[in-house]
Amino acid sequence: MAEAAPPRRPRPLSPFLFPPTGTYRWQMTSSLSILHRATGVALGVGTLLLTWWLLALLGEPSDFAAVQDFIGSPIGLVLMVGWTFALFFHLGNGIRHLVWDTGHALTLPNVYRGGWMVIIFSIVLTVATWVAAFSFA
Amino acid sequence: MASQSDKRLVGPLGRARGLGSAKQGLHHWWAQRVSSVALVPLTLWFVFSAIHFHGADQATVHDWLRRPASAIMMSLLIVATFYHLALGVQVVIEDYVHREGVKLTSLLLAKGLIVLLAAAALFTVLRVAVGG
Repeated sequence: MAEAAPPRRPRPLSPFLFPPTGTYRWQMTSSLSILHRATGVALGVGTLLLTWWLLALLGEPSDFAAVQDFIGSPIGLVLMVGWTFALFFHLGNGIRHLVWDTGHALTLPNVYRGGWMVIIFSIVLTVATWVAAFSFA
Repeated sequence: MASQSDKRLVGPLGRARGLGSAKQGLHHWWAQRVSSVALVPLTLWFVFSAIHFHGADQATVHDWLRRPASAIMMSLLIVATFYHLALGVQVVIEDYVHREGVKLTSLLLAKGLIVLLAAAALFTVLRVAVGG
């Protein structure tokens, strides 16, 4: 009874599961789920630009031109293409969620099929939007 | 003698309401779905409109927003977007911030900012549509 207890080995925490060292394999289901939340947060940040763009309508024409110039700058265009993709992904994946909420497409093959549909949908519509935007300019 | 409901520490009225200690049911979840359904046509309309304003000047966009159809759709887009955003941001904060004080502060700051942005955006649309 006088013996000291052996030092307790710390219990493993979840990081042991994750790549590159862990045994956990990435799958589309969790990746798209994370991306849904990430795009939602990104779109939330994008509302700052939307509000700035609208408020500039009440200022001088040069105020509005400043916002448009920012949008047309290299950084602005990268942000805008990113937000366009985020919008279409969040829209498409949101519809995927709404379908699940009705109890449909909940089998594993259908969950993956829907995931690929959303990926293709968001890429195609992002490209189409920017092709159209530059055609009208 | 104690009845079944006494043992469960829930009165008949509480059991009928079915809300538990959170004091609310599925309103948040349902509001998120309803706003998302509204945002499907609204965001598609917005993207379709915004494509035309790539590089446009103030007068062009101003004239467009003055039209009743544009002003109505834009107002609805603003309300649905910021409502949906507030609901989503709340879930994200509640998932990752666990210290009660920090959580409450983050929620109040985030929602306060969202309400401020929504008011500013909506005011702009009304000002353009109604005023000069």
